[in-house]
Amino acid sequence: MSTAALLSATGLHKSFGPTEALRGASLCVQAGEVVAVMGPSGSGKSTLLHCLAGIVQPDAGATYYQGRRLTDLTDAERTALRRTDFGFVFQFGQLVPELTCVENVALPLRLGGLRRREAERAALAAMARLEVDDLAPKRPGDVSGGQGQRVAVARALVTEPKVIFADEPTGALDSLNGERVLRLLVSAATEHGTAVVLVTHEPRVAAYSTREVIVRDGRTTEQVVA
Amino acid sequence: MSVGHTLLGLLESGPRHGYDLKRDYDAKFGHDRPLHYGQVYSTLARLLRNGLVSERGTEAGGGPERKSYAITDAGVSDVEQWLATPEKPEIYLQNTLYTKVVLALLSGRSAQQVLDTQRSAHLAAMRTLTARKAGGDLADVLICDHALFHLEADLRWLELTAARIDELAERVRS
Ligand SMILES: Nc1ncnc2c1ncn2[C@@H]1O[C@H](COP(=O)(O)OP(=O)(O)OP(=O)(O)O)[C@@H](O)[C@H]1O
Ligand SMILES: [Mg+2]
Repeated sequence: MSTAALLSATGLHKSFGPTEALRGASLCVQAGEVVAVMGPSGSGKSTLLHCLAGIVQPDAGATYYQGRRLTDLTDAERTALRRTDFGFVFQFGQLVPELTCVENVALPLRLGGLRRREAERAALAAMARLEVDDLAPKRPGDVSGGQGQRVAVARALVTEPKVIFADEPTGALDSLNGERVLRLLVSAATEHGTAVVLVTHEPRVAAYSTREVIVRDGRTTEQVVA
Repeated sequence: MSVGHTLLGLLESGPRHGYDLKRDYDAKFGHDRPLHYGQVYSTLARLLRNGLVSERGTEAGGGPERKSYAITDAGVSDVEQWLATPEKPEIYLQNTLYTKVVLALLSGRSAQQVLDTQRSAHLAAMRTLTARKAGGDLADVLICDHALFHLEADLRWLELTAARIDELAERVRS
C-alpha cells in the first residue's frame, strides 16, 4: 500500500444482522483526490463511507487515516478526529433546526473550543464562498432545500478538513444548484489538497471526480494490496 | 447537423464572404469540428444553385473567397421551415454495446467487464466535458451540458443492464 495515502481501507466486512453490507471492500484515497463511489442501491456505498469516516466500526478489516488505524483509537479520539479533520455533507443537509444558519456553520468550530465571535466570523466567510451569507440569521426551516444544502457544505468546509465525506450531496437538488455545490467542493479539494469521497449514483456528479470506484455486492472494484 | 441551414441562418444577419462565414461558423458551432474551406464553398455553391443565396459584388482578383454571399427570400423561408421542423428524436439503442454484452454472455465471458469498461470510458469523456465547462463561456457550457446529458443517458442504460445481467444471462443461454 502506498504510504502517501491519506486514507485507506482494506478488506472491510460489515454485517447488519443477516445482511452483509460490506464483503471485503477496499479503498485508498490520496490528498487532493476526488473519488466518486458509485454502484447500485444497497451495494454498500454508504456503509463504506461510514467505515472510512470511523462512524461505523467494521467487523473485519481496517481503516487507516494518516497512517493511524482508526479501530485502534478510542471513541473520544475518533470523535475528535471527525471534528478536526473530516467534513460531512449528506443528502439532506442535517442542519440543527433550533440554530440559525450561521450558528450551524459555526458549530464545528465552537465544539472545537473556538469562541463565538471568531467561530461566527469564520462561518460567515465560509458562507460567503457558497453565496449564502445573507441567510446567516435565518433558521434552516426558513430556507430552501438548495440553500440549506449550501449552508451544510459551508459547515463541512469551515474547519478546513483534510477529508470531506459527501453522500449524495446533490441528491435533493436541481442541476444548477447541484453544480454549484460540486464546483465548490471540488475547488476546495484542489485549492487546499482536501480529499473528497463522493458517493453518488449520478454520472454527471461523478464527472466532477478525478476517479471512480464501483461498489457491487459489498465489494469494491479497486483492489488495495495491504 | 445541416451545415447549409446553419450557413443560411448566419447570413440572415447580413452578407458575408465565404471566409468570414467559416470563421463565424467555427466560433459558434465548430467546437469539435471546424468546417473545411472546401465544405464551405461546396455548400455555398449548392445554396446558390438552389436560389437560397445570391452572389454580391466580386472584388478585383475574385476567387471564391473574394465573393460575398447574401441570403435570398427563398433562403429565409428555407431557414424558417428548418427551424419549425422538429428533429427526429433519436431512438439510440446502443447497438454495438448490446451486441457485445450478449456475445460476452453467450461465450461465457464477463459481460460485467464489458459494461465496466464502457462506464469508465464514458466517465472519462464526461470528466473532459466537465473540465471544459469550468473554463468555458456560456456557449461552451450549454454545448457540453447537452453532451453530458446524452452520455449520462447511455450510462443509465448501462447501469440498468448491469442490474439485469443475471436475468439477461439466463435468457441468452436458454
Ligand atoms: N443500520 C443498518 N441496519 C440494517 N441494515 C443496514 C443498515 N445500514 C445499511 N444496511 C443494509 O446494508 C446494505 C448496504 O446499505 P448501504 O446503505 O451501504 O447501501 P448504499 O449503496 O448506500 O445504497 P443507496 O444507494 O440506496 O444509498 C443494504 O442492504 C442495507 O439495507
Ligand atoms: Mg447510501
